Amino acid sequence: MTSAVPASVDDVAAGLRAAGYLPGESTALVSYLAARLGKPVLVEGPAGVGKTELAKALSRYLGRTLVRLQCYEGLDEAKALYEWNYRKQLLRIQAEADGTGWDAVQDDIFGEEFLLSRPLMQAIATEEPVVLLIDEIDKTDQEFEAMLLELLSDFQITIPELGRIEARTHPVVLLTSNNTRELTEALKRRCLYLWLDYPSTEHELEIVRLHAPELAETTARKLVEVVQQVRELDLKKPPSIAESIDWARALLLLGADDIDQDVFRETMSIIVKHRTDLDTVAERVGVRLGATA
Amino acid sequence: MTFDARILQLGEALRAEGVAIGTSELNDAFAALEQVPWEVPVDFRAALSATLAKSPEDRRVFDLVFERFFFRAAEEQALRHEVREGGEDGITGGERIELDNLREQLLQAIRDGDDAAMRDLARLAIAAFGRRGEGSGVLGVDVQRIRRALGLRSEPGGPVQEDSSEPLPRLTREQIRRFEAHLRRELERAQIERTQALPPSRPLTELDRALPTGPLQDLAAVHRVVAQLKRRLATQGHEVRGRKRHAHVDVRRTMRASLQTGGVPVVLKYRPRRPRRPELYVLCDVSTSVTSASVFFLSVLHALHDAFRKMRSFVFVERISEVTDVFERERSFRAASEAISKDAGVADVSGYTDYGRVWNEFLAQVQDDLHPRATVIVLGDARTNGRDPRADVFARIAAHAGRTFWLNPEPRLYWNYGDSVIATYERYCEAYECWTTRQLEDFVKALTRPQFA
Repeated sequence: MTSAVPASVDDVAAGLRAAGYLPGESTALVSYLAARLGKPVLVEGPAGVGKTELAKALSRYLGRTLVRLQCYEGLDEAKALYEWNYRKQLLRIQAEADGTGWDAVQDDIFGEEFLLSRPLMQAIATEEPVVLLIDEIDKTDQEFEAMLLELLSDFQITIPELGRIEARTHPVVLLTSNNTRELTEALKRRCLYLWLDYPSTEHELEIVRLHAPELAETTARKLVEVVQQVRELDLKKPPSIAESIDWARALLLLGADDIDQDVFRETMSIIVKHRTDLDTVAERVGVRLGATA
Repeated sequence: MTFDARILQLGEALRAEGVAIGTSELNDAFAALEQVPWEVPVDFRAALSATLAKSPEDRRVFDLVFERFFFRAAEEQALRHEVREGGEDGITGGERIELDNLREQLLQAIRDGDDAAMRDLARLAIAAFGRRGEGSGVLGVDVQRIRRALGLRSEPGGPVQEDSSEPLPRLTREQIRRFEAHLRRELERAQIERTQALPPSRPLTELDRALPTGPLQDLAAVHRVVAQLKRRLATQGHEVRGRKRHAHVDVRRTMRASLQTGGVPVVLKYRPRRPRRPELYVLCDVSTSVTSASVFFLSVLHALHDAFRKMRSFVFVERISEVTDVFERERSFRAASEAISKDAGVADVSGYTDYGRVWNEFLAQVQDDLHPRATVIVLGDARTNGRDPRADVFARIAAHAGRTFWLNPEPRLYWNYGDSVIATYERYCEAYECWTTRQLEDFVKALTRPQFA
């Protein structure tokens, strides 16, 4: 495993492949730029196209630990950055012998020893460089984005009592967003942008074959083509790549060697997960498949 | 012209199309280009798009501008240095191109997605069918004429498993479109060579950008105003209540503060009053009498959904229908408005607004959830079509909610003329004239005025 900076775009592409992730056209390039320039990457795209997976693959490829911060509404700095361990601080004071001067205690209890570091702090404080994944940033409030700015542009955190904590190592930062709300310009400005979309037929076929190698080539191809057709329909939730893989595995388990109407009807619920969508898909796609041979 | 200046020009061209590109973006672009072998077209483009275009909308504009920009730049250089493609004799002359052979090769190239081959074949096709100098003068028309002459037809719905006994294997629409793009470029190139001049550069058409079109809705502007609205709503009412201390002592913070005084809790810390999460209920009229305004209203709704987490939206004509989930699901404005017009199911028979019924249904749906912290905003023209306005029900809604606003898309001059009954409702709410973003801004400003209720 190389923990050094990758040498070329092709290196990254090959590395990600080896880590079990098939990068699309610009994915490898943007990852490479992120590692070289030390800039965070904002990854956007529909749900289930492998945004989070990319971060995991990157961490495997670079041989770095993955530090993950799952965002949710109401996430604040005490949970994302750092917090003072006040219980420990209290104990420290009480354990103090009487003779100690106030100044000494004062300095003592606001030291790093009493700091509880949260994911963002961990990511920049470790000795070994890490991959930092800030997942679903669009779930948080805009105020939280503002808090990230210092970290993302300068890789430092300012703690009032301690001063500025600068990163010992530069993490590779990935932020993912499902694009449910517009992120602030300030945040975008600090990031490289990667738009992940549903892959092309060939690309998705490769992915499915990678994750379900026992599935026959022809069946896999048909599966991918059906999934792509389903995606073209106007559905509440179009099937993701993860779901095509699940479907492929399900077909393997069932021992189906072809996708005909019957098999499709029975296993459709793996890729389509809304009552109304099921009807639409059965009507529009199911009938096009050949009847049971 | 130097390479750097070209990139800066590209930045300018993107800015002209409304992509927000700051100096830092351009710096990043240069930094990225240093890392990437820029002779590789795909990488060059990906590096630029990763640093310059940071949203799906921007990405689309970027793709269009990038194509045009470098095509024009290359042609400009070719003109200056009098480079010609030598098409005059090379292609039209000597060898007659065999049509079947050409089509065969073309299908192969299109299916393989081989851009270089497609480009060459596009040139051959133009030579074969182009009737040099007799083109219609409109590129789009020529492109379609050549495509038809080649017998390229797309199959509706993408490639399906079919027996391959068909004489002409079908192509997907996407594949055809790619070839058409090549045709168009080559036609344009030929035109430039003929006339020895670049056609004037045009801004992208609205259609190209695939952003909602129409007279009033500058979506970005609406979003900006709504962001303001959010802050105003979040802070409103604080000044009325004054800075009363909160009753709850925050033990954790008190202990932590006590460390400053050696563990003795000298200063009590109170739990901070959470900034109020404004809760919004928005009702939007989508009947025919407000057709022109409803696009604007929907874009306001859309923007509100971006800014507020706790928000429920409804559309109504004769009946009311909750569309909160539509907006939560659909990021793109166009998709959302399509989904609403398709399956909201709010029009019964007449298609005329029935306010009385709408109030009743609304109250029935949300009565239990309405509370004094909620804000109700109605977007509609208050034209009842002669039906009972049921102002009493509206009054009950207003009484349950904290504040109630009415945004009317009609100029104030027309209010209360004909079947407009805005005056009846105005007694229970604050009504504003609102059909442009400027007026929306006025509304937001009005929100900050102290309230006497």
